[in-house]
Amino acid sequence: MNLFRNNADFKLDVLREVGNIGAGNAATALSTLLNKPVDMAVPTVNLLPFEAIAERVGGSEAVVVAIFLRVEGDAPGNMFFIINREPARRILQGLLGFNAAENDDYSELELSALNEIGNILAGSYLSSLADFTGLRMSPTVPSLAVDMAGAILSYGLLQFGTMGDDALLIDTTFLEGHQEAEGHFFLIPDPESFEKLFRALGVPF
Amino acid sequence: MTEGTLIKVGMADLNIAEGGAVLKTTGLGSCVGLTLYDPHLRLGGMAHIMLPSSEIAREGQLNIAKYADTAVPELLTRMKSKGAVTARLIAKMAGGAQMFAFMGGTDTMRIGPRNVEATKQALELFSIPLVSEDTGGNYGRTVELDSHSGVFSIRSVQFGVKEI
Repeated sequence: MNLFRNNADFKLDVLREVGNIGAGNAATALSTLLNKPVDMAVPTVNLLPFEAIAERVGGSEAVVVAIFLRVEGDAPGNMFFIINREPARRILQGLLGFNAAENDDYSELELSALNEIGNILAGSYLSSLADFTGLRMSPTVPSLAVDMAGAILSYGLLQFGTMGDDALLIDTTFLEGHQEAEGHFFLIPDPESFEKLFRALGVPF
Repeated sequence: MTEGTLIKVGMADLNIAEGGAVLKTTGLGSCVGLTLYDPHLRLGGMAHIMLPSSEIAREGQLNIAKYADTAVPELLTRMKSKGAVTARLIAKMAGGAQMFAFMGGTDTMRIGPRNVEATKQALELFSIPLVSEDTGGNYGRTVELDSHSGVFSIRSVQFGVKEI
């Protein structure tokens, strides 16, 4: 991608900050929901081969809970909130106050709760980003899947597929107690959105 | 490439196998896992197709394994170079799911079914019969082709393993 021909380091820093601001707000929202501290790692910005993207959440066949939203507006893209099954169960326990399903048979209520969590987190991520950039960015209704990470994430890479075999994603890891990954936030702006993001933030493209 | 060897086919990738080696591609969502098989040579080929048509490509260097219309001829060429005969080949495929079905509106959202349709069209061009398929739905699949038996197995989270 010719995105980083000029000012590559600076642009990466800016995108990292984009992730920082959005995910920071989302982490606060999650912390409020669960009534306990939620930390986040410094976001990473990666231009990764498609193959490597699912590795970030345990591999292509790893079963994950994913909430997907399409970002619409001035800088469209895809957004995933991905959690492994065990943290998802703990979140549900914390939120609903009863023992959530041990296996993969989530009840309607549990699925609905997970969907709503994704909705709240993505909403807070995007609204802070929209405020910061002055761009109009709105999430679609979220959709949830419990399935193989590869199958889920590949869907978010299609826009990049026509351009090459890599995609740029802003990845933020949520932590609980400084160790276990509570979840991943992936923001995958469409290739066309980068110029708009950079312009909005005053970065020479 | 002998029995027990596993050959991984990545996303937007293709490969061939013989001598009992197994071709495998993981985590197919809207992508299509297409296999060609020559029972006489016990030679198999697999492509992990991501998009329906290379006409939409804006790549500098076209990855022909990625698009249905280019992956099928390429896989065929690779197999022929190993002695496969087009008239003997049979095709099987899986994938083409709609992982997120909530908004049917735009074309991108229908990419799974479009990948399936485009792959079928490409096979028809070479008169390669599609003998079985496990496509559609809203779930991910991992598929394997055994180059010795020609058995195509499909694993999913909800439905376990099945063979076609």
